[in-house]
Amino acid sequence: MLPVNEKLKVEEILKDLQHYAPRRKGWTWRKKLPKGTRVDGFQYDQISEPLKNSIGLPAAHFFENIDPQPDPVITSEIASGRFEDDIRRMRMAAWHGADHIMVIRTLGQSHIDGLIEGTPEGIGGIPITRKQLRATRKALDAIEEEVGRPINFHSYISGVAGPEIAVLFAEEGVNGAHQDPQYNVLYRGINPVRSFVDAAAAKKIMASVDMLQIDGAHNANASAKRAWKVMPELLVQHAINCAFSVKVGMKKDLIALSTVPPVVSPAPEFKLNFIYAITLRELFKDYRFRAQMNTRYIESDLMDATRIHVLDTLISRLTKADIQSTITPDEGRNVPWHVNSIRGIETAKHALLALDGIKDLLQINEEVVRPKIRELKMRAILMMEEILEAGGYFEAAERGFFVDNGQYPERNGDGIARPKDGGIGAGTVVPRDAEYFAPVCEHFGYNNLPEGIKSPDELIGGCTLHNRSKIKYIDELDESDNVNLRIAQQLEDREKGLISPEVEWWGDGWVQLDLTIPDDPDHAEAAALEIAKRMGFVEAAVISKTILHPIEGTYLELKAKVPFKIERDSLKLPEKPDLLTEEEIVSFVEGHPMRVVAGTVGNDEHSVGIREILDIKHGGIEKFGFKYTYLGTSVPPEKFIDAAIETGAEAVLISTIITHNEVHVSNLTKISQLAIEKGVRDKLIFISGGTQITNDLAVSCGMDAGFGRGTKGIHVASFLVKKKRELLR
Amino acid sequence: MSIQRTDDFEKRSLHLQNLSDEDLDSRFWELADKIVEPLIELAEGNTSPSIERSVLLRMGLDSFQAGAIVAKAVEFGLLGKGAGNLVLSYAKKTSQPLEKAVEDLATGKGWEELVTFFRGGGECAAR
Repeated sequence: MLPVNEKLKVEEILKDLQHYAPRRKGWTWRKKLPKGTRVDGFQYDQISEPLKNSIGLPAAHFFENIDPQPDPVITSEIASGRFEDDIRRMRMAAWHGADHIMVIRTLGQSHIDGLIEGTPEGIGGIPITRKQLRATRKALDAIEEEVGRPINFHSYISGVAGPEIAVLFAEEGVNGAHQDPQYNVLYRGINPVRSFVDAAAAKKIMASVDMLQIDGAHNANASAKRAWKVMPELLVQHAINCAFSVKVGMKKDLIALSTVPPVVSPAPEFKLNFIYAITLRELFKDYRFRAQMNTRYIESDLMDATRIHVLDTLISRLTKADIQSTITPDEGRNVPWHVNSIRGIETAKHALLALDGIKDLLQINEEVVRPKIRELKMRAILMMEEILEAGGYFEAAERGFFVDNGQYPERNGDGIARPKDGGIGAGTVVPRDAEYFAPVCEHFGYNNLPEGIKSPDELIGGCTLHNRSKIKYIDELDESDNVNLRIAQQLEDREKGLISPEVEWWGDGWVQLDLTIPDDPDHAEAAALEIAKRMGFVEAAVISKTILHPIEGTYLELKAKVPFKIERDSLKLPEKPDLLTEEEIVSFVEGHPMRVVAGTVGNDEHSVGIREILDIKHGGIEKFGFKYTYLGTSVPPEKFIDAAIETGAEAVLISTIITHNEVHVSNLTKISQLAIEKGVRDKLIFISGGTQITNDLAVSCGMDAGFGRGTKGIHVASFLVKKKRELLR
Repeated sequence: MSIQRTDDFEKRSLHLQNLSDEDLDSRFWELADKIVEPLIELAEGNTSPSIERSVLLRMGLDSFQAGAIVAKAVEFGLLGKGAGNLVLSYAKKTSQPLEKAVEDLATGKGWEELVTFFRGGGECAAR
């Protein structure tokens, strides 16, 4: 198993790749736990088996660090153009709860008539090749063992090489794929006949290894100018791909509809999105749903994207989602960064858990929704009637029936028109002769097997789907564009112990800067770039801008590069607190009972932190035998001293979160001075804590110690015991 | 070619308005099936360069060999016989092992013989 504290080494992954075989094929759903399963006292109705290794949501530490896994599969789309860096992000994503890794293909691969080999770099995705797939699968096999849950690997079977890609995926253990001939026709300009003929062959191969299929209908949503108008057409597109796939031999429960809530706020989105989602799930009740986040309206604002995604996930929970997709909130500004992949997963996990069991709490108002659902269904039926009247799918596509901005039967005349005999690959489809023969298994369509043959691959001693040793592995073709050249820098940095920041590729040097400039957007942008330059950054660029007011202020986010690397060995790490063992503390406190007084100082109502340090439930000092008097919140400085004297306490614990105008510094200093004035400074131990507190700051304010973010009861307890020992000496 | 039309849903949907929810759903699926039936038939009776390359890959050829052989099959009008069929027939006819036959065909050898062997065509299998 991968050691948790060791990096995923791409050079290890690449070793002996020609002999690597995927551990399993086919799609895996999460193992759902029974309704009412308890996790740390909470009852969950929609969760699945926990992970062996994971990172919980930010607030998990308030809940004994639980990390319940929602029941839908969670997707993370990862493809920076370099698979060797993507696999590290896949490991991060898996730890946060993604078990469906969707790898985007490089720009233009759908128009390449054949397979690509080797490991060339891609643009906005990776070139899908056997080597890249195999290396990624090998990495995912190790990662899934580490987290303790199967990870579904996914990419695209579209374009003019669909059937070959399907074979490649089936051989290399890819578990899911997008496949929808309508996507080729409408958005890739590929010949309609070629698209459907190829699709049948590809789907048959996918079905043979239980690969999950996701369709492409949601693209109409992303392409139409008025996405909410194409709802009837979306139902039709889903139906065409589903019906076609079933007739080819796919199982319905391995066919997933890719569906997106069509509108976002400021539109009254739920009135449309919710009705649409119910309609879809009623019509396609035997199929699976991959709930995609809406990307149509994502601007460069991460918060806005996150808001959209939370509400999209609400639709998923109010209806049904078997797979919850996540989109990185930075999709509107750049090729997604590591941290944003993780944020996307956290958004989905957070929303899914928050909405656990919500359907049992609410009831849909049938009277309101039913007429609207019926209308939507009728509009879709009418569209299909007209497709048949026009002569069928090809004729309808030719006449621009699809992606028209009028809600069917309204027609705007602006649909995408694709002639049956036009597009890429036109004229390449040929009829199978009577003597047509393909000596392989899982081959769709007419196949004239020679007499006496039981299995079509008998004559070749088994095809690659059954005899893996037959697969031909090609390593590299391009001496100037391959992974070995690209990882040289990574290997050198690791060898020399050099660190530089990164957002997508090893040590790419990019960082993000946030600035609020009190000026109009134009001046603010120019000022921000100048500031970045003077700070020594290079290649600074504005990636997002929020107008706070036309002249009062502009908030900007910049990306810029750090032009140097840091030597890891030269770093001075803050000393880790030297902790006593629990037993040592308990036995000391037994012999030397200690009492403390505690509270938050000044006008500060933030009591969560101090309660954690005190309470037994959170592993606070009470657990080790300390007695405490909790003074409450917003305690005046003098009250700490008086209360300590009154109760006979030996220590004072002062919590402070608010730092406005350095109020924390003045309060702590005041307490220390009061103690001196009252002659008790040497008798009492003063400890302060808070998110902005450091030991140095606290000591400079006259405290004995300061504790910051992440402090646990044992840290404070250890200090108290050590200090008391000193005082006893 | 594209149609322009105002929303005539009320009129156009009269024949559907009285259908039950269940009937609407079944009508939806009947129509979907009707639309895809001819597409399935088309796919059953036809093939493409990519389909034939996918057959050759499954037979253990690498992607270059598959690409070269299918390009030749298209050039000689033999794709409708099935690329795998061509390779097997050539191997049998020349009494060579499959690997050797693949090597020949991928490097452009043997194609005239194949044309003669298949006499340039046969009847169409399309149903």
